[in-house]
Amino acid sequence: MSAKEIMTGNEAIARGAYEAGVTVGTAYPGTPSTEILETLARYKGIHCNWSVNEKVALEVGIGASLAGARVITCMKHVGVNVAADPLVTFSYTGVGGGLVLVAADDPGMHSSQNEQDSRHLARLAKIPVLEPADSQEAKDFVLYALELSERFDTPVLLRSSTRISHSRGLVALGEPLPREPKEYVKNAPKYVMLPAYARRRHPLVEARLQALQEEAEKSPLNRIEAGSPELGVVCSGVAYQYVKEALPDASVLKLGFSYPLPAGLVRRFAAAVKRLLVVEELDPFMEEQIRALGLEVTGKELFPAVGEYSTELIREKVRGESRGTIPPREIPSRPPLLCPGCSHRGVFYVLKQLKVHVMGDIGCYTLAATPPLEAMDSCICMGASIGTALGMVLAKPELAGRTVAVIGDSTFLHSGITPLIDVVYNAAPVTVLILDNGTTAMTGHQAHPGTGFTLQGKKVPAVDLEALCRAVGVRRVAVVDPFQLDRLRQTLKEELAAGEPSVIIARHPCPLLTRESSPPLAVKEDKCNGCRLCLRLGCPAISFDGKKAAVNPSLCNGCGLCAQVCRQQAIIPVSEEGR
Amino acid sequence: MNNCKYDLLIAGAGGQGTILASKIISRVALAQDLEVKTAETHGMAQRGGSVVTHVRIGSRVYSPLIPLGDADFLLSFEQLEALRWLPYLSSRGTVITADLVMEPLPVLTGREEYPADALEQIKKAAHRTIVLDTGQAEPLRRNPRVLNMILLGILCPLLPFPRECWEEVIRETVPPRLLEINQAAFRYGLEYKAD
Repeated sequence: MSAKEIMTGNEAIARGAYEAGVTVGTAYPGTPSTEILETLARYKGIHCNWSVNEKVALEVGIGASLAGARVITCMKHVGVNVAADPLVTFSYTGVGGGLVLVAADDPGMHSSQNEQDSRHLARLAKIPVLEPADSQEAKDFVLYALELSERFDTPVLLRSSTRISHSRGLVALGEPLPREPKEYVKNAPKYVMLPAYARRRHPLVEARLQALQEEAEKSPLNRIEAGSPELGVVCSGVAYQYVKEALPDASVLKLGFSYPLPAGLVRRFAAAVKRLLVVEELDPFMEEQIRALGLEVTGKELFPAVGEYSTELIREKVRGESRGTIPPREIPSRPPLLCPGCSHRGVFYVLKQLKVHVMGDIGCYTLAATPPLEAMDSCICMGASIGTALGMVLAKPELAGRTVAVIGDSTFLHSGITPLIDVVYNAAPVTVLILDNGTTAMTGHQAHPGTGFTLQGKKVPAVDLEALCRAVGVRRVAVVDPFQLDRLRQTLKEELAAGEPSVIIARHPCPLLTRESSPPLAVKEDKCNGCRLCLRLGCPAISFDGKKAAVNPSLCNGCGLCAQVCRQQAIIPVSEEGR
Repeated sequence: MNNCKYDLLIAGAGGQGTILASKIISRVALAQDLEVKTAETHGMAQRGGSVVTHVRIGSRVYSPLIPLGDADFLLSFEQLEALRWLPYLSSRGTVITADLVMEPLPVLTGREEYPADALEQIKKAAHRTIVLDTGQAEPLRRNPRVLNMILLGILCPLLPFPRECWEEVIRETVPPRLLEINQAAFRYGLEYKAD
């Protein structure tokens, strides 16, 4: 019997890459995909690197594939948008060594700004989609994907989701295949996509799609689990698990290889059941294709296109059963928030004080949009803060001097440099605040090119943010410590008034990374006048009993922001109490 | 253990150690040749927010998520979180909760009120409730992070898995320098008698 281990879907995907003989892994961190590359990096003999963004991650992957290596490239769903440009044309060139692109969707938006269905992007690129339903399949499908990739000369999209990536289940381990990259063969008509060559490649892509459909018809990843002929359910991904649990008697067509849709298999299945249902999270991707076959099918008129599915949702919609017996209560929510000692807190406190428009970005600091800080006007996608700030100022010149872009260090390197160049190019009076906490904090503290360390902790030259900003033409570059509120406020006022492009780098390492802390603070009750100013910081260590503030010493990190904010000098280090 | 089924929901606030607790339960169940699936909370939600881990054990497990109203056990690190996830409990389910109160931001800033009768509400709704008096729990005075081990100790006799197996899994899972306090916490839970 082979060894078994309990693994998250992400760990299983990494294991699959290891067993499949992958020698290059690339990614940009993004929940729920991050741990795939982190896990893969622990296997010996595989070159793993964080790329600066998903587009570059895929391009590095493409290069490695052309060179003959088996490759895995991982990203969250919205990352595939960033990588869409190389992806769609890579479909034309095809691969050298096999390449599997893992896209991790986030139905329910546990940690994302939208809940797009990344299968559409695979359809756009005309490449196959595999959808594992548990950790074992997550591993097995990676091996299948790489074999499929090489046999059909195509990149393959493996679609995971939060409930696949972050669920654990048993996985049978296999022996790794030999790690032997193929020869690199120069082949310009295949790999140089200028119009004359691309015109020759496109018909091959269409023919490949036909051949892939035939493959899907007989693929072991697609199977009919015969049950009652009354109801037949077509499903994929984690939705299969909910269906099996909620409708144990139903006939099920489980599609692990869901695009191109195996139309013949679907027709055969439909013919054997009285009523045909499609259960798929997010968009009616399979449903619309099935309806286009002329089959009568029920899907989104019964199930939502928003949020996650669950066993109880299917029980309710199909069997009319109620959800549980204990009703939910109206109780206070427990929203995620900036940690005690977070270097972002003071920045947003000051921005709110200054009443400026804050074009935000993706990272921990997006949490500053929520009460009590409420210091953000917009957040669209990675890197959007700077371009949107430029647009605001171009549309309404009177907003100049009152508009800032706020972006983290990792996000700035991901996609903030090009819009900053645009700000300079337009000579626009936009102030960009780079919150440099020296890490990619939100996804779990991954290194990036500004940190000077690789995924494996090897020291490399660090990007010099100040020099970079100056090099693209920003003349005003200031560096401040975001814990010095007065200095920060003063610098912001100066730069906003400067009337030209400016960058303020608010630099202080993430306290979760450095574990830096000072002795906790305490409130001197006789001095506290109950003004609640300190509560505006949104620090989880500060509470208010209706009359006075209090600091919870077990949560307090000793950063001292509250002491700076307090006008009564009522908050002091515990060590100075009683003096 | 044919056709058995144990669904456990572990609730807390980000950073309290729910994932480690779920790992230990999973490994104990695996050692009984049962199937196990878990579902965890990662990413943004972890930043001090409400987090929950689903653990499903059985001869055959499909969904990694426990359906509403199916949980046999709700282990909670905090009162409000026990109340929040209560709808997942089955009509015959057991709540094991610490009596800790961690006020979330809307309460800290005075926008909302913490339910003063949270424990009473839980006891009224649940078939059975075991409340851990954290103020009396000696291991927590030495290290507040071993709350998960105390809760597991309370859970242990309520599941049909041998105690020695739990102890072995804890030995294999916990870093050596923290083993002694974790073992003490687990024993405290084993012997715990709620009033």
